[in-house]
Amino acid sequence: MTTVTGTVVPRRDLRPRRLPSWSPALVAALAATVAVLAVRLGGLLGGGWALTTVVAVALFLTGLGTASRLVEGARSARDRVATALVYSAFTLALLPLVSVAATLVARGVSRLDGTFFSHSMRNITAFDSAGGAYHAIVGTVEQVGIAVMITVPLGVAAAVYVVEYGRGGLARAIQFVVDVMTGVPSIVAGLFVLAFWVLVVTPVINDGRPGYSGFAAALALSVLMLPTVTRSTEEMLRLVPATLREGAYALGIAKWKTVARVVLPAARGGIVTGVMLAIARAAGETAPVLLVAGGNPAINFNPFRDSQASLSLFIYDQAGLASKYGPPRAWTAALTLVALVLALTVAAKLLSRRTRLPR
Amino acid sequence: MNLKRHGMVVGVAVAASLALAACGSDNNPPVAAGATGGAGIDCVGGSLTAQGSTAQLNAMNQWIKDYQSRCSGAQINYQGTGSGAGQQAFIGGTADFAGSDSPVKDADLPRANARCAGGQAIHLPMVVGPIAVVTNVDGAKDLRFKPATLAKIFSGKITKWDDPAIKADNPDAALPSTPILAVHRAEASGTTDNFTKYLAAAAPNDWTYGHDTAWKAPGGQAEKGSDGVSAAVSKTTGSIGYVEWSFAQVDNLNVAKIHNGAGEYAALSGDSAGKTIASAKRTGTGDDLKLSIDYTTKAPGAYPIVLVTYEIVCSKGNDAGKLPLLKSFLTYASSAAGQQAVTRFGYAPLPDTVRTTVASTVSSLG
Amino acid sequence: MAQVTYPVKVRDDRDDQAVRSAAESPPLGGGGALPLRRRSGAEPVFRALSTGAGMTVLAIIVAIALFLVVQAVPALRADRANFFTERVWYPNDPTAPRFGIAALAVGTLLTSTVALLMAVPVALGIALCLSHYAPRRLAGALAFVVDLLAAVPSIVFGLWGRDYLVGPVRDLSAWLHAHLGSLPIFGSGGPYGKSVLLGSIVLAIMVLPIVTALSREVFVQTPATSREAALALGATRWEMVRTAVLPYARPGVLAAIMLGLGRALGETIALALVLGNTFTISADLIGNGGNSIAANIANQFGEANATGRSALIASGLVLFAITLAVNVTARIVVYRRREFVGSAG
Repeated sequence: MTTVTGTVVPRRDLRPRRLPSWSPALVAALAATVAVLAVRLGGLLGGGWALTTVVAVALFLTGLGTASRLVEGARSARDRVATALVYSAFTLALLPLVSVAATLVARGVSRLDGTFFSHSMRNITAFDSAGGAYHAIVGTVEQVGIAVMITVPLGVAAAVYVVEYGRGGLARAIQFVVDVMTGVPSIVAGLFVLAFWVLVVTPVINDGRPGYSGFAAALALSVLMLPTVTRSTEEMLRLVPATLREGAYALGIAKWKTVARVVLPAARGGIVTGVMLAIARAAGETAPVLLVAGGNPAINFNPFRDSQASLSLFIYDQAGLASKYGPPRAWTAALTLVALVLALTVAAKLLSRRTRLPR
Repeated sequence: MNLKRHGMVVGVAVAASLALAACGSDNNPPVAAGATGGAGIDCVGGSLTAQGSTAQLNAMNQWIKDYQSRCSGAQINYQGTGSGAGQQAFIGGTADFAGSDSPVKDADLPRANARCAGGQAIHLPMVVGPIAVVTNVDGAKDLRFKPATLAKIFSGKITKWDDPAIKADNPDAALPSTPILAVHRAEASGTTDNFTKYLAAAAPNDWTYGHDTAWKAPGGQAEKGSDGVSAAVSKTTGSIGYVEWSFAQVDNLNVAKIHNGAGEYAALSGDSAGKTIASAKRTGTGDDLKLSIDYTTKAPGAYPIVLVTYEIVCSKGNDAGKLPLLKSFLTYASSAAGQQAVTRFGYAPLPDTVRTTVASTVSSLG
Repeated sequence: MAQVTYPVKVRDDRDDQAVRSAAESPPLGGGGALPLRRRSGAEPVFRALSTGAGMTVLAIIVAIALFLVVQAVPALRADRANFFTERVWYPNDPTAPRFGIAALAVGTLLTSTVALLMAVPVALGIALCLSHYAPRRLAGALAFVVDLLAAVPSIVFGLWGRDYLVGPVRDLSAWLHAHLGSLPIFGSGGPYGKSVLLGSIVLAIMVLPIVTALSREVFVQTPATSREAALALGATRWEMVRTAVLPYARPGVLAAIMLGLGRALGETIALALVLGNTFTISADLIGNGGNSIAANIANQFGEANATGRSALIASGLVLFAITLAVNVTARIVVYRRREFVGSAG
């Protein structure tokens, strides 16, 4: 609170009074001590560790606020409390992440062995400790692979239409629907493929039997990936400078050729990034696979015939298994899945950083 | 440059998937302990597709494992899709036989029979699954229940472990004053059907919800599958649930003793469950071996909550190409060795009187 | 997408850098004679293909609604109860199927709402932290950490919640009941197992990254002039955020929250593992229970008969309608603010 009066102001008043830099640490230490003494040891409010932490944070916030209000004034106090709150929100979000990561590693390593990655669950009963996720990994790779083959051409072409060809209402409608489609729940995508492919289309070619298969799962994943791929491609195409297109046109190159050989290659890095993020999301989906892939304890390389497993479905199955060997398998599979998804995510982020187009 | 990088990524992916494709194996080696079943199998090649009840899934897996590891030419696939789905698949001709916890409904019988040219759809009692009432209570391991007490617990009328009714059943147990968490099945299930049938028959005054595959009493917590229920009970103190005995054994849960029609608290064993089956009335006609279980049986030592699961097959008119394997496989399942092989999963062997009838019916399938 | 060369004849176009600089200063003239203008036969084909792909997207959304309706009708016909007011779910009864969406829909909305109440303040805090508080260089790394949270598949959160969160939440529930038991939401005296509270906490963790990412996008786009104006007037950082950033970002944040809601409503597997799956309607959060449309589908699907499956599809149709409404509203809010079209994906 500087006072500007127009008269000569004493020098030390020019600078607002500040709390010394060590004061937040001091307040934090005091708050922690009081919380431990009162809640943890004094048994106030029930006294668990979680509660102690909550009380400590609350004391820290009020303490810092009060100290700052006394020394620096109300506005500064509010600023300090807001800053502390913002950072504690971040710390709070880290807790589950750290906990999940630690749990994944701690429980996932127990079955991280050769058998796990080279064997299926065929002939494994509740009393058998062996068995692995090979069949599930095969399923995930095939299902996601097919989904990529469906969504990439379709999604890129749709984005090309919206950005390069589309005029007026239709293009806007498609753009809007793509946005809305990103919000379609995965279980609805699964139900759609169930209602359309498994229950209506496959019985025709399958003499009346509903055909649960890896391909059906791939279709469901495609419904989920399509909007992501289209959306990211759209954005990348928009980022390709108009001058590039104009240059091509000026050279007399046909529009389609310009798009196919100038615009798309220029946006390729971003498109690949978008596809990889879509893959990462699809590989972790359980609900649609649960509904339409059927699950299978044995290896099935053919995605078009008979049921197939997938890594996420394997986790779901093993997690609920009444066998002490089930949960370790589930956690190892979870670790595998997270490693896979993280690798894709990190690769996508790195790629996007390297191939960023000028904005 | 960019291209080369993508090319490399693709190359690595392809190489990885090739490597993956090369080294996988469906042949899990038999584990030494207790996996020596399969004696007396008369090998026949071919393939069978079956599906249905999850209650007999463990038994089926064991028999299939025994059969396939003895007979390399045989391929048998049993999927635990549920009794209803199994029956529909049998009727629709997509399953060579179905596993089911409950007999085919009368309304569906004509359609099921229509599938069997020159014969009828018959029920072969094959797997006896006693239903265990499992508990997880601090300080009280061996609990005993009268049917009325169970009915009150599962319908939410008794909410604390130290309720007088529970105390009366367990005068010696130190019961805590904690709330009861009653766990039931989330989805439609034959186990729920049989358990509620038992409650409705043995405690008609306290259980007013009839019997159904869906759980109709209020409250409690629902879990998917018997494995879900047993996992929830093993993790939650103060909980009680009902599961097939096999699940209770696999998870090492505390199994309660149940008050039977003879006026005693019967512990669950293969023997005590078999006594209830032996006293069951046969209601099927011809080759059909459908049973009607008397839940209030006065047979001494009988454990009353049992589930019989059937294999539904055609007495005549089976696919000629599949018949030899079907007969051979079911012969093994209904043999003394086959029945013994699944006891470690918590199934009770069929009493010999029933088993011999089943075996002779299997040998006459056409 | 197997393009092999950069076809633009720009001099020295060996890598992105060249294309980029070419883009920034296009070569004049380009060299060589202009090719003859030929009407290429490929043009209409290419245009038709891309139009077809665009139409496919439209067709899919229509097909979803259409096929769900077609497959839901048999169950709705067979239903002996009012589908919208009935609470129980007995569609597999062969003689008199009774089922309704009431308990499931309320459960879905309740779980999602409680999850958002917990997630949104934290998410906004993180977004502000990343956009206006953390040092620029650190912010990138921290944003990546939040993205990691989004990359964890939902089945893993479900597994983690079921195995490690039930105990702590049970203690929390008992504490809440002991100290705040007079509030109806904490009214249950136990037993505490899987509850709405547990489901909401897991769900909150799962929607946190999406709300964070979207609101951060908006916060970052606050015009520098407004921010600098506030600071120049002597505002503290918090006052700058409150007077410049938040008012500017309000519609975007609203959209972010609604998109998070859309995600929460449809979450399936994690909730199937951590909700009590009972069919009651109650404001109580801590007693065991809780259910959602999506979790119910995952739980019941395996043992459902034809009517049961059709009934589940009917419930999925309701879920589809709700999420569609939420998403459409959110997108309309976004589209109104043309400023950040193209960044709220």
